[in-house]
Amino acid sequence: MKAIKNFFERTKPLVQKGAKYHWLHSVHDGFFTLFFVQKNTAKTGTHIHDYIDLKRTMGIVVLALIPALLMGMYNTGYQHFAAIGQLDSASFIDTFLYGFLHVLPIIIVSYVVGLGIEFVFAQLRGHDIQEGFLVSGMLIPLIMPINTPLWMIAVATAFAVIFGKEVFGGTGMNIWNPALIARAFLFFAYPGQMSGDSVWVSLGGEKAVDTFSGATPMALAAAGHPQVNVADAFFGLIPGSIGETSTLAILIGAAILIITGIGSWKIMLSTVIGGSVMGLLLNTFAGSNAYMAMPFWEHLIIGGFAFGAVFMATDPVSAAQTETGKWIYGFLIGFLAIMIRVVNPAYPEGMMLAILLMNTFAPLIDHYVVQSNISRRLKRAKVKA
Amino acid sequence: MSKVINLKRGLNIRLKGGAEPVFGTSAPADKIALKPTDFPGLVPKLTVKVGQEVKAGEPLFFDKYNPEILFASPVSGTVTEINRGERRKILEVVVTADGKSVSAEFTKADPQKLTRDQVKEQLLKGGMWPFIKQRPYGKLANPAIVPQHIFISCFDSAPLAPDYELIVKEQIADFQTGINALAKLTDGKVYLGLPGNVQNSIFSGIKGVETNVFNGPHPAGNVGIQIHHISPLNKGDLVWTINPQDVLFIGRLFETGKADFSKIIALTGSEVKTPNYYKTVVGANLASLLKGATKQTTKERFISGNVLTGKQITADDYLGFFDSQVTVIPEGDEYQFMGWADPGFNKFSASKTFFSSLFRKKEYVLNANMNGGERAFVLSGQYEKFVPMDILPVYLLKAILVNDIDKMEQLGIYEVIEEDLALCEYACTSKIKVQDIVRQGLDVMIKEVG
Repeated sequence: MKAIKNFFERTKPLVQKGAKYHWLHSVHDGFFTLFFVQKNTAKTGTHIHDYIDLKRTMGIVVLALIPALLMGMYNTGYQHFAAIGQLDSASFIDTFLYGFLHVLPIIIVSYVVGLGIEFVFAQLRGHDIQEGFLVSGMLIPLIMPINTPLWMIAVATAFAVIFGKEVFGGTGMNIWNPALIARAFLFFAYPGQMSGDSVWVSLGGEKAVDTFSGATPMALAAAGHPQVNVADAFFGLIPGSIGETSTLAILIGAAILIITGIGSWKIMLSTVIGGSVMGLLLNTFAGSNAYMAMPFWEHLIIGGFAFGAVFMATDPVSAAQTETGKWIYGFLIGFLAIMIRVVNPAYPEGMMLAILLMNTFAPLIDHYVVQSNISRRLKRAKVKA
Repeated sequence: MSKVINLKRGLNIRLKGGAEPVFGTSAPADKIALKPTDFPGLVPKLTVKVGQEVKAGEPLFFDKYNPEILFASPVSGTVTEINRGERRKILEVVVTADGKSVSAEFTKADPQKLTRDQVKEQLLKGGMWPFIKQRPYGKLANPAIVPQHIFISCFDSAPLAPDYELIVKEQIADFQTGINALAKLTDGKVYLGLPGNVQNSIFSGIKGVETNVFNGPHPAGNVGIQIHHISPLNKGDLVWTINPQDVLFIGRLFETGKADFSKIIALTGSEVKTPNYYKTVVGANLASLLKGATKQTTKERFISGNVLTGKQITADDYLGFFDSQVTVIPEGDEYQFMGWADPGFNKFSASKTFFSSLFRKKEYVLNANMNGGERAFVLSGQYEKFVPMDILPVYLLKAILVNDIDKMEQLGIYEVIEEDLALCEYACTSKIKVQDIVRQGLDVMIKEVG
């Protein structure tokens, strides 16, 4: 520990302005601050500052993602062995290890590519490295199908970080959620590889049994045959993107975010309300359409709805920023997500598009909330002199 | 008619080292200093030279743009130093006390029997005017203007703040006289803000005022918050504010015809051996008070005022003009290994991301470490929790940053000064310098709108 500190302190003069390794300045600072909260103290303003910083905030979001990640790894193995008909003979360790070994490379690629670009941009701008990508780098693998080629992950991550974030000025300045930009990029650029029934289950070169279909509940439902095994969908033993399948794991993450106050419970709740309202509306007018008649609450546990509501919609930078605005923003995400899902057969999953759409409109929602604050303030009752 | 106003938003930062209600003894300060820098925007013009003898209440300098506003020596003695900074800007005018406290002579009169102009003249001549601040902007009040109201918050809710009930208790008659004088200056009312957590506040017996009770955490005691809930300021509105302890100086001036600037301050903070109250004087040198009073187990930071809005000083520096409190906390200029990942049983936080949030009563030692690097605005909804006003703080700050005067007006720049948003700066995850930004906005408004 002391050795690490000495190393960073000794090397600090080498990266100062004008010194030989100044081009490594941001990286040096990034790693130094990762190991040690710096010793600088308040010069102006308040003399005391809260112990919380962006590293801790982002760290807690990553912590909240861990249950979904672990369940995703287990489910990857589970789907694999189910597909090749060896589910009964595979042990728990085998199952988890298979998923671990297939998910880990995706995480590594996402972080290496994303952080690499962040480092370069921070250095070019002469800024500190901002922590936003710590979360994006974990979100990107979790919303990808397991069979996405690694080069696609790399391309999508690069696209998301550069065009989704850095062109706007970096962490805190982006309009859309960078992780969803990565997903949307692949969805529209490589539709053949990113949908259909073959991408969700890793076969690992082995032959699937004859009864295997590989279709997600979303795909089945869009084809007009909704069949949801509620227990499997809740615990996360269904095909789907890596992190989105287990509603239980996502709920654990949601609890962490809400208890620590990092994630907005208002957005999460209003998204669920919006989705439920749309689901009920569809139920009411279902007629003979089987998908429309699917119980509204089943929508909440299949596909990316829960994951999106808890981890994507709540991204504080791209969400609405006023407290009233958050209710409207979340409600419309849920509402639109279910509408796109059920009514538009071209997009079996509506969550991604609903969130990106509402990211776009979040500033507009905030604008009206701020305007109402302004006009309310002008009309305030006064004690006359 | 008294109203009770319950405020929910805000935060009491539970620091160690609150002052016990006991008066300590310390040698009287041998020197005092007035600092023109305590008054934002003031351009001082000296009326004394080094070596000149002054009595208490005689001017040391005046306001270049309002020559009637005199800044009086708090003690009698000799002007020994005039310290200047860059471009000969006056930083301090130092008077070495002769220990006799001889005051200049003023009219001894019942302010209720005087006219507004007579009261005003006495306040200006006696050096009392600089204690009166104007809202908006929190700057020196302009004597030519009649304010709509005068607001006084009778309690300080800031961390480790002194208890005005204790300070004013023995001098309540002076306080009443001071209020009578102030009441002459406005056509409206004098409003007192009383603490909700004190039974039978001594201020509830004051006559000729309207009292309101404020419940809730800091910043409930900030006069800006109280104005917002009683008579919010829109464009064109103007009120005055003054600290309760400074009302006593005005009262004494009329009661005795003498300028008496002696005041009571609290010496607080985790590094103070015995946090107590002390009798001293406006602008006093703190060396005799602070010598041997701190633990000296770590590098210490001395603050004139509280930890949110005070000014950093050295151990032989002077008390700020408006301050009734001196705080000593650890400097904390040390690295924290993986500090951001610490479970944090001992780290008080406004967020709920540390285990310390499980302990609701415990008091903590906080130091001056920044605890992180400065970042862009990332989180939302964080500042709102600490501003008990119908104001959107982040939007106001962003309007200031882009210099949009119309938006600043609409979003409430007239209602805030630095102290009202200080908690946001404390709690900010991105370590944004909120008070500096507010000051920048106020300066722009003073320059462009006036």
